[in-house]
Amino acid sequence: MPNKNSLIHLSLAQAREGLDKKDFSALELTEAYLKEMEAQRDLNAYILELPEHALEAARESDKRLAKKEGGLLEGMPLAIKDLFCTEGIQTTSASHILEGFKPPYESTVTQNLKKAGAVFLGKANMDQFAMGSTTTTSYYGNTLNPWQRADGKALTPGGSSGGSSAAVAAGIAIAATGSDTGGSIRQPAAFTGTVGLKPTYGRCSRWGMIAFACSLDQAGPITRNVRDAALMLQVMAGHDPKDSTSSTRELPLFEAALGKGVKGLKVGIPKEYYVDGLDPTITQLWERGAQWLREAGAEIVEINLPHTKYSLPTYYVVAPAEASSTLARYDGVRYGLRVKGDSLDEMYENTRSEGFGAEVQRRILIGTYVLSAGYYDAYYLKAQKVRALIARDFHQAFQKVDVILAPTTPSAAFAIDEKPTDPVVMYLNDALTVPASLAGLPCLSVPAGLSAEGLPLGLQLIGPAFDEEVILRVGQVLEDAAAFKPFLER
Amino acid sequence: MSDQYFYEGASGPWELVIGLEVHAQINSKSKLFSGAATAFGAEPNTQVSFMDAAMPGMLPVINSHCVEQAVKTGFGLNAEINLISSFDRKNYFYADLPSGYQITQFTRPIVGKGYLDVELEDGSSRRIGITRLHLEQDAGKSVHDQHPDKSYIDLNRAGVGLMEIVSEPDMRSAEEAAAYVKKLRAIVRCLGTCDGNMDQGSMRVDINVSVRKPGAPLGTRAEIKNVNSIKFLTQAVHYEVDRQVSLLEAGEEILQETRLFDAAQGITRSMRSKEHAHDYRYFPDPDLPPLVLEKAWVETLRTNLPELPDAKKDRLMEEYELPLYDAALLVTETEIASYYEETLQALEAVTPKGAKLVANWLLGEVFGALNRDGKTLEDCPITPGALAGLVMEIQKDVISGKIAKDVFSMMWETGKSAPALIAEHGLQQVSDDGAIIPIIDKVLADNPQMVEEYRQGKDKLFGFFVGQVMKIMAGKANPELVNKLLRERLGTA
Repeated sequence: MPNKNSLIHLSLAQAREGLDKKDFSALELTEAYLKEMEAQRDLNAYILELPEHALEAARESDKRLAKKEGGLLEGMPLAIKDLFCTEGIQTTSASHILEGFKPPYESTVTQNLKKAGAVFLGKANMDQFAMGSTTTTSYYGNTLNPWQRADGKALTPGGSSGGSSAAVAAGIAIAATGSDTGGSIRQPAAFTGTVGLKPTYGRCSRWGMIAFACSLDQAGPITRNVRDAALMLQVMAGHDPKDSTSSTRELPLFEAALGKGVKGLKVGIPKEYYVDGLDPTITQLWERGAQWLREAGAEIVEINLPHTKYSLPTYYVVAPAEASSTLARYDGVRYGLRVKGDSLDEMYENTRSEGFGAEVQRRILIGTYVLSAGYYDAYYLKAQKVRALIARDFHQAFQKVDVILAPTTPSAAFAIDEKPTDPVVMYLNDALTVPASLAGLPCLSVPAGLSAEGLPLGLQLIGPAFDEEVILRVGQVLEDAAAFKPFLER
Repeated sequence: MSDQYFYEGASGPWELVIGLEVHAQINSKSKLFSGAATAFGAEPNTQVSFMDAAMPGMLPVINSHCVEQAVKTGFGLNAEINLISSFDRKNYFYADLPSGYQITQFTRPIVGKGYLDVELEDGSSRRIGITRLHLEQDAGKSVHDQHPDKSYIDLNRAGVGLMEIVSEPDMRSAEEAAAYVKKLRAIVRCLGTCDGNMDQGSMRVDINVSVRKPGAPLGTRAEIKNVNSIKFLTQAVHYEVDRQVSLLEAGEEILQETRLFDAAQGITRSMRSKEHAHDYRYFPDPDLPPLVLEKAWVETLRTNLPELPDAKKDRLMEEYELPLYDAALLVTETEIASYYEETLQALEAVTPKGAKLVANWLLGEVFGALNRDGKTLEDCPITPGALAGLVMEIQKDVISGKIAKDVFSMMWETGKSAPALIAEHGLQQVSDDGAIIPIIDKVLADNPQMVEEYRQGKDKLFGFFVGQVMKIMAGKANPELVNKLLRERLGTA
């Protein structure tokens, strides 16, 4: 029986088992987390903490557990990224424009989690409207990475799901929801030594999830290990008639994919992912990862994804284009911030200038530009065509291999004050995550080693559409081989 | 005939070119992408879902009933149904457009090319091409006149499904444009896909008008918005043609612009597009996958269509030998055609002559009285069976057509049947020689001078004698019999 003070060290699977075995109660588990949240408030992982709400939910969990009616995630204390609408609870997408906004509805993903018994500890910090890779564009201050470098500088936990990744790494949430548009689950997971799963586009409902780029956004979990990711996905995913892009495919039992090993699987290594600026330790880690899989019985195959180099420019046309339109609803008319003006146009300008941060404004401007008359064909239409070619690259690759192995990021977490001031340099951080996003494919980032500075690094697995099972299965083999020691165990 | 298609300017004839965009509100209990209700006239903001208000994270889900309605309408327009269509966003900021974009079908509409045949008063008909029909959302309403410096927004209409039906620039006169809208309205009403109530805004027309010298390439067009009745449509076209011809003949140019029809003054006015010309930044809506229709489903809709106005018109002309114009008028609304056919069925026998007689009575007396009293066919005090009863009395020579009009008026007032009123007021036509001859003899005896003049060749006096007989018999004498007997007595038979 684990020591009650170390409850926060348990994985989600372990904690759930502990509840069934009555080693501790859901209330005790939640209390342990709430206590730790207080102790680590300087990380600023949460925009809003929900202690009362969480305690009440934990008590309800204990009642259901007593009646042996516990759900798959009964009593599990989670951090919820602040773009999932939670009924009656402030949901801001880390923006000023939605400050104080309490949705009168619950997102499908969080509703699924609640139905499975999960306890919500709070709303996790993030980049504003999920635009960013550092969680520094939040209106509510940046989140810190619990990991430290020798120089002691404050590090980014990645982004946009940086509050979620920091919370899971630091032991102030047992698992978290994130969302990934171009890498926003995988990159923060890699930067914090946690597991991040971006499901296939259409696997999780987007209903009630505040949109950034509708054709790319996908909810997914950030967890301590691969098994926990499978459990979270099981609950988060599923067809939702309220989302027209939600897949009607039946959900497999994701956990059942684990433990099957990789014998006979073909693992593709895309040579185009040796991008400029790739940290040499990452190259080495990638090669080591391939070696681990080979030793476990997989066949390593070099593959080509020839349009990879166009992914970033394509992404930075498509995503802002969609955002410029989707974010038009934040206009000061019906909800959220309104800054008065002498005319309707002036009210729009005042509200949106004050309500949106600089990065959001930049992307709205880019998006408006690429969709405007005279530029549409050269930018948006061209980007859509290239996007189709990128998807075709993957499709062809998956005729030859079962799964693709690549690094998650070109570098380890950097210090917040080292954040590139040139947005284009900043966007390079997404080079390895964006291609699969454009193709809508499922990806898993698994912590696999440390950088020269002792910071976590992740390896990424990319699977064919709707084959989350293969990335979970291979991910667990990598996890076992890497024997990565998470932040909490150091 | 051809001169009706030309406008006579100072410099000679001009040809009008008109194309119409009709926004028809889909007959559906719920909105195009949400479950909110669509009933007309509800309290402001009581029929608004989270989706309609563009709350964060809300997503559109297509209402399959609206799709069905669009496909049916497509069939009514003799148009191609596109099995794959898609939705785009039309982006612009306005306070009554909650999401900041309208979901529409810009690149791939659900219905493609088709046509409508319209019948004109001179008995001719014209074929007007349909470019497309696409699905789109309506916007909400801004109310500017309830507060000195605030506007109110009503989102009840936001998200209601519309069919935008775009015609080719095939119309050449206001009459054709009006006939087109009437025909379109007859079709959507027959199909039940739109109630066609222009006064409630369920059908709104944007008019594209230009003028050119006959045979010349198309001129620059103006688009006139906000036209919500057929009368206004006609007025707007007339005004706009006058305006454009005057400008051109004065050596000026026509601006391609959007104009508003001002119903109070009967004029069109430029909607000065302020400083920002609209760039709608259309792009495919990433929240909605392409709309894919199953061929079999579409075919089922086709086979279950009701009889369309044109088919009904052809059948009426074929079965009852009705002229085109009568048949076209009878099929403008399903209710009129039903009333007509029910009346025919109540006759003892249907002959072409009887069918034409019923058409005359329905289109003439019945509609005259309905219009006079501001009633519709639904609350018509004379049932089809009662009208048939009246027509049969005429056919059987029980009453003359003239007396029948009096009987009709009494039926309208009292709701009694024609035979009952004829009996009650003794209006029966007299067709008995024995009753008429003594009267004729009396008239001739009283007017010996005129009889003499008639016999000497003053034929016109025959009418005078008939008039005198009818006057004495209070119009009830059978006119044909009076003619016959009078000739006999005057010795001219």
